[in-house]
Amino acid sequence: MEAGFLPRTRFQKLLDTLHQAGYRCIGPQVRDGAIVYDTLSRAEDFPRGMRDRQSPGTYRLERTDSPQFFSWANGPQALKPFVFAPREPMWRSERTADAAIRFSEINPAPEPLAILGVRACDLAALRLQDRHFQEGPFPDPGYAARRKNLFLVAVHCTHPADTCFCASTGDGPRATQGFDLALHESDEGYLVQAGSDKGHALAALLALVPVTVVQQQDADREVEDAARRQTRRLPARNLRDVLFANLAHPRWEEVAERCLSCGNCTSVCPTCFCHSAADETTLDGHHSLHVRQWDSCFTQGHSYIHGMTIRADTRARYRQWLTHKLGSWHDQYGRSGCVGCGRCIAWCPVGIDITEEAAAICGGGKHD
Amino acid sequence: MINPHLPVEAEVVERVQESPTIFTLRLRFTDPVKHAAFRFAPGQFNMLYLYGVGEIPISIVSDPDDERMFDHAIRVVGRVTRGMTQLKAGDRLGVRGPYGRGWPLKQAEGRDIMVITGGLGCAPVVSVINYVIRRRDKFRRLVIMQGVKHSDDLIWRSQYSQWSKLRDTQVLVAADVGVALWPWHVGRVTELFDQVKIDPARAMIMMCGPQGMMQVAVDNLHERGVHEDNVYLSMERSMNCAVGLCGHCQYGGKFVCKDGPVFSYSEARSLFGMRGF
Repeated sequence: MEAGFLPRTRFQKLLDTLHQAGYRCIGPQVRDGAIVYDTLSRAEDFPRGMRDRQSPGTYRLERTDSPQFFSWANGPQALKPFVFAPREPMWRSERTADAAIRFSEINPAPEPLAILGVRACDLAALRLQDRHFQEGPFPDPGYAARRKNLFLVAVHCTHPADTCFCASTGDGPRATQGFDLALHESDEGYLVQAGSDKGHALAALLALVPVTVVQQQDADREVEDAARRQTRRLPARNLRDVLFANLAHPRWEEVAERCLSCGNCTSVCPTCFCHSAADETTLDGHHSLHVRQWDSCFTQGHSYIHGMTIRADTRARYRQWLTHKLGSWHDQYGRSGCVGCGRCIAWCPVGIDITEEAAAICGGGKHD
Repeated sequence: MINPHLPVEAEVVERVQESPTIFTLRLRFTDPVKHAAFRFAPGQFNMLYLYGVGEIPISIVSDPDDERMFDHAIRVVGRVTRGMTQLKAGDRLGVRGPYGRGWPLKQAEGRDIMVITGGLGCAPVVSVINYVIRRRDKFRRLVIMQGVKHSDDLIWRSQYSQWSKLRDTQVLVAADVGVALWPWHVGRVTELFDQVKIDPARAMIMMCGPQGMMQVAVDNLHERGVHEDNVYLSMERSMNCAVGLCGHCQYGGKFVCKDGPVFSYSEARSLFGMRGF
């Protein structure tokens, strides 16, 4: 994969080229005290100089003099909402005068999106969501339509948060798969690398200058440093057997006393895929819309079957989440469902730390 | 791309009230082409959609070779099933399916068949009983064990009496509470295991019902020398999409909707009876 250099002063050229190729650009920006991903079109819209501080239950941004746009670790939002929509109409039904029911598809026609600033953990998570939503026996049409239209501009992570542990899951901090372009950012500009035919074609329009050996060495060293600076880790990449051998561990009860069963972890998790559908009927009774939205295994309704709830208490729900995420994902998709992004740690209102819980149940230290 | 979420319109051909809380809907797709193309295996289920209310998974109880219609026996347990009690012949609903893996009936040919159920009329295995009786020469002995809480809960009661008169067929029914003239056992159905006559080496067991009852049955069968690979059960979990996407029906690494609902006991064993899974 050849790389070229894009000077910082020409970053706007990347956005303009993407626009000209027909993409709406989505990028990181500061909103309500957090970095979120939304539409932007100007280089000035990026979170220049922003740094984050994250720890269990805490996320804070601060401004620095750095000219860099990507010198922070992920905020709450992942790629997930752009492919697995938080709320989405599935189909429509209509009751006609002769009491027949007509069903009609809602064919999503998503516009092409270019998402800038995607991290390695989220690319790994996207790969897992692809497996779940479009590579099984029943591909999901809405997901597939949005997924097909993405152009992904990754950024190699150089500023991991205290909550990050992608090095231990093997998913980061370097973006190695799933991107069209990948950037390494320095104060002077961007090393640009293409990862797909679409990416090559677009890079060819950027009039990149050759990368020097020193530039490449500095870039590689920064990403390696980012991996080394991570303090959290999971005890092992495959915890399936040890988790299922410890279903009666007292720690489940202990964590349930802290867990609020709020579902924040599942909302911010880039791999959680649960959803529920319900009908919304018009007041005249002639039309009904079948709508699905994200659900969470921490809700009462998630495991409800007539007259009983399989997971009535928080202990059972936390245990379900963790044994699925780190355990039964291996049965379903051949790897753990955790990509080490650390969002569930920062965004848990009581600061429950998945690496700490996994270590308590499976053995192995949380810190190096 | 085929949309796996979109129902197809079907018509109620007949509605049969089986008990105060159980009714059968006999359905046919309104589009004859779709109806002719519809094939299912006993143990599979459909998602039934009541207009404006919602979708629920219901197993198919009729015979797979019946080309006229397909039947769903429904117990009133919640919002959608309560609404469905209002349906009558000619009314429309939405159907998508069939989904999941049914019973291993081809493998079961030439064997003793034992069907064990607990709770209120367990539709998934009634489809097996009817299937076997209609193809009686393909199977050896048929043993039917059914447990109910109260004798009034037993639906299709006359059928059980008829079945018990068939050759090579044994019917063992028990009610925790029996009323006058109840011809069967009063107590737990699992107390009747001593009367069961099967060849353990040639038996295929199919069960559904409460997990506690199924566990007792499995232990009993094991003592009798039935290998657990020959024990199958139908599992029930929350199902919303029926196509392995929504995540509700997960049982360890299995999606009950697409990997089941019928599992061999050896597939289900590791978490079987474990509260919370």
